[in-house]
Amino acid sequence: MNSRTHFRLLVLYVMVGVMLLVLMGRLWTMQVLDGAHYRQVAAENRTRDIVVPAVRGLIVDVNGKPLVRNRTALVVSVDRTSLSRQKDRGRAVLERLARTLGTTREALELKTRLCSPTVKRPCWPGSPYQPIPVDDRADPKRALQIMERQEDFPGVTAQLQAVREYPGPDGARPVQALGYLQPITQEEMDRRKGLKVTGYSAVDLIGRDGLEAIYDADLRGESGYRRVLVDSQGRVTGTATEKAPVSGGTLVTSIDAKIQGAAEKALENAIKKARSGGEKADAGAALVMDVQTGRVVAMASYPTYDPAVWTGGISQDEYEALLGKKKGEPLISRVTQGQYAPASTFKISSVAAAVRDGYDLHGTYPCPGSFKVGARSFRNYEGRAHGSMNLRRALVVSCDTIFYKFAYEQWLRDGGMKPGKNPKDPMVRMARDFGFGKRTGIDVPGEADGRIPDRQWKRDYWNITKKSDCKAAKEGYPELEKSDPSRAAYLKSVAAENCAEGYVWRAGEAANFSIGQGDVLVTPLQLARAYAAVANGGRLVVPRVAQAVVRPDGTVARRIDPPPPGRLPVPAHVLKYIRSGLEGVTKEGTARGVFQDFPLDKVQIAGKTGTGEVWGKGDTSWFASYAPAKKPQFAVVVMVSQGGTGGGTAAPAVREIYETMYGLKGKQPALKDGKLPATLPKLRQDSGRKP
Amino acid sequence: MLGTGVGTVEGYRDPNIWRRRAAGLKRLDWTLILVVTVLSVLGALLVRSATFQLMIEHGKDPNSFLKRHVLNLVIGFGLGALVTFLDYRLLRAYAPILYGLACVGLVAVLTPLGETINGSHSWIVIGGGFQVQPSEFAKVGLVVLLAMILGEPRDGEVGPSPRDILLSLVLAGVPAALIMLQPDLGTTLVFGAVVLGMLAISGVRKRWLVGLVGGGVLTACAVVFLGLLKPYQIARFTAFLDPSADPRGAGYNAMQARIAVGSGGVTGKGLFQGEQTGGHFVPEQQTDFIFTVAGEELGFVGGAVIVLLLGVALWRGLRIALQAADTFGVLVASGVVCWMAFQTFENIGMTIGIMPITGLPLPFVSYGGSATFANMIAVGLLQAVHLRRRTFD
Repeated sequence: MNSRTHFRLLVLYVMVGVMLLVLMGRLWTMQVLDGAHYRQVAAENRTRDIVVPAVRGLIVDVNGKPLVRNRTALVVSVDRTSLSRQKDRGRAVLERLARTLGTTREALELKTRLCSPTVKRPCWPGSPYQPIPVDDRADPKRALQIMERQEDFPGVTAQLQAVREYPGPDGARPVQALGYLQPITQEEMDRRKGLKVTGYSAVDLIGRDGLEAIYDADLRGESGYRRVLVDSQGRVTGTATEKAPVSGGTLVTSIDAKIQGAAEKALENAIKKARSGGEKADAGAALVMDVQTGRVVAMASYPTYDPAVWTGGISQDEYEALLGKKKGEPLISRVTQGQYAPASTFKISSVAAAVRDGYDLHGTYPCPGSFKVGARSFRNYEGRAHGSMNLRRALVVSCDTIFYKFAYEQWLRDGGMKPGKNPKDPMVRMARDFGFGKRTGIDVPGEADGRIPDRQWKRDYWNITKKSDCKAAKEGYPELEKSDPSRAAYLKSVAAENCAEGYVWRAGEAANFSIGQGDVLVTPLQLARAYAAVANGGRLVVPRVAQAVVRPDGTVARRIDPPPPGRLPVPAHVLKYIRSGLEGVTKEGTARGVFQDFPLDKVQIAGKTGTGEVWGKGDTSWFASYAPAKKPQFAVVVMVSQGGTGGGTAAPAVREIYETMYGLKGKQPALKDGKLPATLPKLRQDSGRKP
Repeated sequence: MLGTGVGTVEGYRDPNIWRRRAAGLKRLDWTLILVVTVLSVLGALLVRSATFQLMIEHGKDPNSFLKRHVLNLVIGFGLGALVTFLDYRLLRAYAPILYGLACVGLVAVLTPLGETINGSHSWIVIGGGFQVQPSEFAKVGLVVLLAMILGEPRDGEVGPSPRDILLSLVLAGVPAALIMLQPDLGTTLVFGAVVLGMLAISGVRKRWLVGLVGGGVLTACAVVFLGLLKPYQIARFTAFLDPSADPRGAGYNAMQARIAVGSGGVTGKGLFQGEQTGGHFVPEQQTDFIFTVAGEELGFVGGAVIVLLLGVALWRGLRIALQAADTFGVLVASGVVCWMAFQTFENIGMTIGIMPITGLPLPFVSYGGSATFANMIAVGLLQAVHLRRRTFD
C-alpha cells in the first residue's frame, strides 16, 4: 500500500468518526435536551379536538314567544382542502354530489369558490379551511347516502346541525332588528378572541347585523370539545377528555309580537293605501317605544324580506333580486337608518327653542299665508292663512309662518349675512338638545346620525361643492340653455351665489330649519325618542330592544338595562304646554279626521303630523305620537317615504297600531293594563334544541 | 488457501480440508459478523414494531413483516457466506458481468417490467409478491468494477492513470444516470460518495478530487437553476431545513420523523410501545424511517447503540482495507465503507433533521430484501478481503 492511499484511508477513518459524533450529538440534543418539547408535540399530534357545537340561543319577545329559534337540519358541507388534494381537484366528487343533491357540478363549484373583491356571490365568504355548507335542506335519504358512502364522497360531510328559523308569531318579523348570521370572516376571527373555526356551520356563523350581532357573545354559547386519540389516518382510537358545550343564552327582548305584527301590518296597509292613492310610497317605518324606559316594543321597516334566505348561503343574483336596490334594500332598517326631513313633527323642538330664546310661551303670533324672508316668500302649507294664534294652536293647525318669523328674527339677531363671533342659533341648539343629529345609542348596529345642518356643516359642505359651483357660475348650463333658458339662468345665478357665499348660513335655511325642512334629517327612532322626552317630562331615554339574557336553565344571566337617560333642557311647564298642543292635534287639528271615530275618551292620543317636502320626490308622511296623553306610556311613530301627507298616510297607521295595543274596535288588547309585562317571561324549551 | 470453500473437486478429497476450513473461519472478522448480527436482530425487532399494529388493523398476521424479514436475513447471510469463501480475486473476472447485469436490471426497471413503489420507479416484480430493486445490486457491481479498474497493478505510479479515472467515471455515470431516471436521488448520491471515496483511496491526485467535487456542485447548481427539477422535488429536498413550513406536505415526513425520535427521550417508550409508531405517523417506517422506531421506542440509549454498532462495522471495514493484501482488496473494502458510511449518515441524518429526505435504507436494520442481500454481499466482500489479508506473522 502506498503512503497516499494509507493517508487517505486514515482521513476516511477520521471522517467516519466525525460523522458518528455528529449523529450522536444531534440525537443527544433532540432526545435528551429537547425531549420534553417533542413529547408535547407528539401528544398534540396524536389527539384531535372535535368541537361539540353549542346551540345558539333564541331571541324571544316580551312574552317569551320565539322570534328566532333553531331548526334541526341536515347540512351537507364540502371541504375545500380535502377536495384540492384529490387528483382531479375534486371534480369527480362534486359531480357525484351534484347528482345526489339534484344540482349541477358548476353550481357547486360556484358555491365553494372563495369570495374576493373580484369574485362575487355565489361564493364562500368564510374561511377557506372550513367546510362549506352547500345544502342545508338536504333530503334525509340523500344525506344518508352521502354519510354511508363516504368512500365515494371524500371531503363531503353530512351532519345534523341547528339552523336559524323565524317562526313569526302573530306575524311579527322584525327582521332588520333581529339581524342575521353569516360565516365568520378572517378579520372577525382576528378581532375577537375565542372565535374558532370548528367546521360546524352553525358555530362558524356570526351575527352580522341586528341583535344577532350586538348580542352575539350572549347568544353564541360556548362550544365544548372532545379530545380524541387518533392514528395517522385520523381514525379515532379513544377519547381522552371531554367538555360539554354550554348552550347560548336566550335573548329576551321588549318586542311584543302582537304589537310588532300589528305595526308591520299597519305599515304595509298604509303603504298600500298610499300607492292606491297614486303615491310612490317606496319605504316606511313604524316604531313603538316605551316612553318611560326607552324599551322598544315594535320596530317595523318597509320593504322587508324573508330572513330564511340567509340559511344555506345566498347567491349574488339572489342577493340582488331579494335584497338589492331594486327591492328597496330591505336590509336597511328605516327605523334606525332611514333619514328623512321631519317637517312639522320637528316643531316641538322649534317651540321650545323660541321660548328659550325669549318668545312668550303664552303670546299670540300672526300666522299669515306667507312670510317674506329676505327677498323670498315662504308659505304655509297650501298657502293657508290662519290669523293670529298662540303657540299651542300653531302646533294644532301646524302653522309654518310663525316659525319662519321666529327663525328669521333669530337669524337677524345673530348678525344675518355677517354673523357675529358666537351666534346663538337657538333652533339648532334646541334640536341638538332634543337628540337630533346624533345616534340614540339603541342596541341595533348601523344606526344613522341624522343631520342637523348648522354653520359649520354649511362651511364643510361648501368646501366640498364650491369647485363645481364656481365652475357652473362661470360657464352656466349650456345644455339646459337650449331647452329652458330661464331655468338655466336661474341655476347659474344660484351657482354664482353658492360659489361666492355658499358657506354663509342664510335666512332661508334658518327658516326651513324651523319647520324641519331644508337639510334637516332625522331617523324615525330619533323622532320617537324626542316625543318620548316630551311625554315623560324631559328624559331623553336610550332605546333598548333587548331586556335580558336568560340561561338555558331559566336563570337570568344578565339584565340589559337602558343607560341612564339624558336631560332635555326644557322647563316642565313648556313641555306641558307642548303636550297640550299635541293633544289638540288629534282632537281639533291636522289629525282630527283620522281620529274622528277613535275612542279618545278611552285612550287619548297626542301627536303631530308631518309632511316633508323632498326635492324631486313625493312627500314624506309622518305621524309622531304618544299615549295615553295624560299618563304617557308609549310613543308610536310611523313614517312613509313618498307617502303623501302625514294625516293621510302615517296617522291612520298609527291609529291602527294603537287599536291593537289597547284592544279597541273589537280587537283583542295586546297589552295587559296598557303596560308591558313587568317580569321576564317563563321560557319554554327550544323545540329544535338538539341538533 | 485457493480452495473455493464450496466443497470438493470430484473424486479428490483434500485430507486437510477441515483443518484449513477451521483456520479460515478463525481468520474471519468475527467482530464484524457479531455487529452485523446484532444490528440485524435489532432491525428485525424494529421492523416488527413498525408493522405489527398495521397488520392487526388489516386483520393480517402481526408478524408477517418480521417473518419475511427473517427470511431475507437468512438468505442474506447465505449470500454473504458464499461471497466470503469465493476467492475475491476471481471477482475481478466476474466484475464486468456483475456490472453488466446490474445495468440491464436498471434498464429493465425503466421498461414496463418496472414497478413504481413510493414514487420511485425502482422495482422489478418477479411474481409471488417478490420484487427486486436492481439499484441495490448496482452498488455492489459498482464497487467491484471500480476496484478492478482503479486497482490494476501499476509500476511506479502512485495513482491510476487518467484513462482509468475517466473510464471509471463513465462506467459509474451510466448506472447513476439510469438510477436518476427512476428517480432515486439517494442511491445516486451513494454512487457519488462511492466513486469519490474510491478515487481518493486509489491515490488519484488532489486536483482530480477537487475538480470532481467542484464539478458535482456546479452540476447540482445547474440542475436547480435551469429548472430541470420540478418545484416539488426541490421542496421535498429542502423541506428538512424547515419542516414546519409545510407540515402536511413536503415537510410531513421530516416533521413526523423528528417528533417520533425526539419524543423517545433518554430511554425510549419501550419496544413495541411507541405511540407515534403505533399510530403510523411516520411513513415508510419499516424501511427508510426504521431509525425513528429505534429513536422513539429505545430512546437515546437505543439510538446511540445503533449508531455505535454501525460505527464499529465501519471501523472494521476500514481496518480490513488497511490490512488488505492488494490494491483491489483495499479498494473493495474502502468502497464498501464509503457506501455504508454515506448511507448510514444520510439515513439517520434525515430522520433527525440534519440531512434532506431521500429514499435510502439504513444498512442491516431496514426492511427490504434487495437491500439486505446487497448489504450482506458487501459484508461477504469485506470478509473475503479479510481472509486474504497481509499477515505479519
